[in-house]
Amino acid sequence: MTDNASVSRQVCGNFGNDKGRLMDILIGVQAQAGCIAPEALDEIAKSLSMNRVEVESAATFYAFFSDKMRGRFVIRLCNDVIDQLQGADRVAAAFRAELGIEFGQTTADGLFSLAYTPCIGMSDQAPAVLINDRVVTKVSTDMVREIVQTLRTGKSLEHLKLTLGDGNNSHPLVRAMVNNNLRERGAVVFAPYTPGVALQRALSEQPVEIIKIIKASRLRGRGGAGFPTGMKWEFTRAAPGERKFVVCNADEGEPGTFKDRVILTEAPGLVFEGMTIAGYAVGASEGIVYLRGEYAYLLAYLEDVLAKRRAAGLLGRDILGKAGFKFDIRIQLGAGAYVCGEETALLSSCEGKAGNPKTRPPFPAQKGYLDMPTVINNVETHCAAARIVENGPSWFASMGTKASSGTKVFSVSGDCAQPGVYEIPFGITVQELLARVGATDTIAVQVGGASGRMIGPSEFGRQFCFDQLATGGSVMVFGKGRDPLAIAHGFMDFFVEESCGYCTPCRVGTRLLRERLGRFLEGRAEAADLDYLEKTSKVVKNASRCGLGQTAPNPILSTLQSFRSEYERCIKKNGTVFLPSFDPGKAVAVAAGIAGRASEHFGTKKGGVKA
Amino acid sequence: MSAQDAAKLSFTIDGKEVKAEPGQTILQAAALAGIYIPHLCAMKGLSPWGSCRVCTVLVNGKPQAACTMPVAEGMIVENDTAELKDLRSSIVEMLFVEGNHFCMFCEKSGNCELQAMGYRLGMLQPRHDYMFPTRQVDASHPDVMLDHNRCILCARCIRASKELDGKNVFQFIHRGAHKRIGVDAAGGAGGTNLAVTDKAAEACPVGCIVKKRVGFAVPIGQRLYDTKPIGSHIEAGRAAKE
Repeated sequence: MTDNASVSRQVCGNFGNDKGRLMDILIGVQAQAGCIAPEALDEIAKSLSMNRVEVESAATFYAFFSDKMRGRFVIRLCNDVIDQLQGADRVAAAFRAELGIEFGQTTADGLFSLAYTPCIGMSDQAPAVLINDRVVTKVSTDMVREIVQTLRTGKSLEHLKLTLGDGNNSHPLVRAMVNNNLRERGAVVFAPYTPGVALQRALSEQPVEIIKIIKASRLRGRGGAGFPTGMKWEFTRAAPGERKFVVCNADEGEPGTFKDRVILTEAPGLVFEGMTIAGYAVGASEGIVYLRGEYAYLLAYLEDVLAKRRAAGLLGRDILGKAGFKFDIRIQLGAGAYVCGEETALLSSCEGKAGNPKTRPPFPAQKGYLDMPTVINNVETHCAAARIVENGPSWFASMGTKASSGTKVFSVSGDCAQPGVYEIPFGITVQELLARVGATDTIAVQVGGASGRMIGPSEFGRQFCFDQLATGGSVMVFGKGRDPLAIAHGFMDFFVEESCGYCTPCRVGTRLLRERLGRFLEGRAEAADLDYLEKTSKVVKNASRCGLGQTAPNPILSTLQSFRSEYERCIKKNGTVFLPSFDPGKAVAVAAGIAGRASEHFGTKKGGVKA
Repeated sequence: MSAQDAAKLSFTIDGKEVKAEPGQTILQAAALAGIYIPHLCAMKGLSPWGSCRVCTVLVNGKPQAACTMPVAEGMIVENDTAELKDLRSSIVEMLFVEGNHFCMFCEKSGNCELQAMGYRLGMLQPRHDYMFPTRQVDASHPDVMLDHNRCILCARCIRASKELDGKNVFQFIHRGAHKRIGVDAAGGAGGTNLAVTDKAAEACPVGCIVKKRVGFAVPIGQRLYDTKPIGSHIEAGRAAKE
């Protein structure tokens, strides 16, 4: 392995010593040198004429970067709630046993590192691991043994015997063990696609007409927040700026969401076509796809699709013969940070900085990427926009409900017979969807991922749409025997891990909420803790700076609403205990350790005073 | 009406009419009108930041940070309400439990904005549990000390260094619970071009960045907030004159 400084110099040179490409530079150094060591920070800062601490700021923000040497094979086990329910712990134990190291460690021979990672977008084929940028799905303990034995002999990842998935997962540039699990194709995203048809139609109209068409379709953003797309485009078109940008948010990090993975695998052309139409409508000539680092296995394939579109005159100059209209797209890879799905954090990351959200207002439509007017839409929204131009706004608006037109692509995971991707018109009820996916004895459904809501059977008659149950796509099904509070606690772990830490309520409040919720699971809670959870959740929700913090208390707030009896059941009833949360045994544990004997008065058993 | 008045827009804070220039933030307009909105990360002369969230107000019923929200004609701002006071106190208490703030032997006591805010908001003891983190002290600089135990991540040093000193001594490093102030050198602040005369060395609202050898030059009891609560100079109408 080469040294950090010379690798850094070379990688910086590859990107023209452009500090705007710091993300790509850090990704390159991490991949080639195995870490981003202190001397790499110095070297990168020198090459890019930046301050060292600015480089350090970005290098220490993302989970995929490390200042310590990592193994040749970095194994990241997905430990999101669904993976945990489907045996991630058994897989973790198998890796620990095979490798003889704990999570967070690297083997002495420098071959393997073990790490946990939040949802990698494979909840429909859990448990899953990432080995470098390779995905292994439905991992069994036998597979763990086989993987470790193969790689230990010095063989490369190519030698792993992985069954390739269906569709383009078997494409020579993808070769992934990922299955689409595309269970239902709808009329919008997964309908047959002919490159250039929608774009040709768009170019025959004036840009302002395109915006009118999108507005007439009543298309709303598919990422979860549901902002009207036509308005976003209109604001961006109207905003003054020398350059304008179209960004595609493919940082699909919401736990339980994987529909963008399948769209990017099976319909990337439609995504790029939608972006190009948006560029024409708002007057932008540059596009960026922000692809989450977990989907790096799709990068070469997507680059190839872009190259083919350039060759076919669908990207580049004078697109489809339209004189003066130019548009091109670059792909920006992420490096493990859920907050970068928040649109302004995504922009910070595209600019090569730590993924801290930006202050709003100004909104991206006025000041986005490089402070220029920027449209940011979800992968699915770009697809829908292209189809609307192709087939007309009334065609689109005839599907779904009045306030939520069109179809929605759902990612269904958890306790059901057919987890996977379903494209269905808005307005389907929870009950109907549960029947389609083969879910029985469902006790709870998490709508919209960790940042969404957990609902119980009394709400299963409600519809999926923006004014009832809104979701960016994630639907997690929980069957009999699952514990809603334990699931909520898992989601709080996620938010604690993924908070950027910029603002106080999110940085501190998420930790406080998780700890307090933990008291219920450990049987240490008292009645007043319910009030604390409610009040502190409201502070975090109301005072946080961005969508992450504002939704982070939702696992608690929604379970307090839907599963209050579960909380009440966990409250310690023992009236003789003055302060149930205080565990004297735990408090004297360190002293007992020093003394080398147990306390005579307080047992070390959890739960406090000896009977 | 003069031409200058005509250019101004008007909105209300707790029912009181306030005139403001377009482009001002709610916090700036309020201060000029003699209305104090509690805040920690905002500082006169530095660009708005919006991280502490203590200045949260309701704008047309929706929570917003007064330090970053621009004024708009006719907006209705709620500031001095029992609910907001409780929310602000909860946030200030979060800052207290997140770090290690021991006022009784901190040299910043009496000049500390966090401490003063606790008093102003009527905080008796934090409702949250203390976290007692392990944090570092950086004494490598000859004239300035950094005690991260007391840092509240307000980024005033980051902005002051960049915007007032024309340097880039400080920046956030890491993320989430691990976020902290990093310095522009591998070995600590001593390796940076930070000078004791820098504005960044004075911008810290708490006892994180302190100058060496002057800690108790002014005795406790005679310090800034020992006699008057934080915000008094704004309420006395002095912000408009400064």
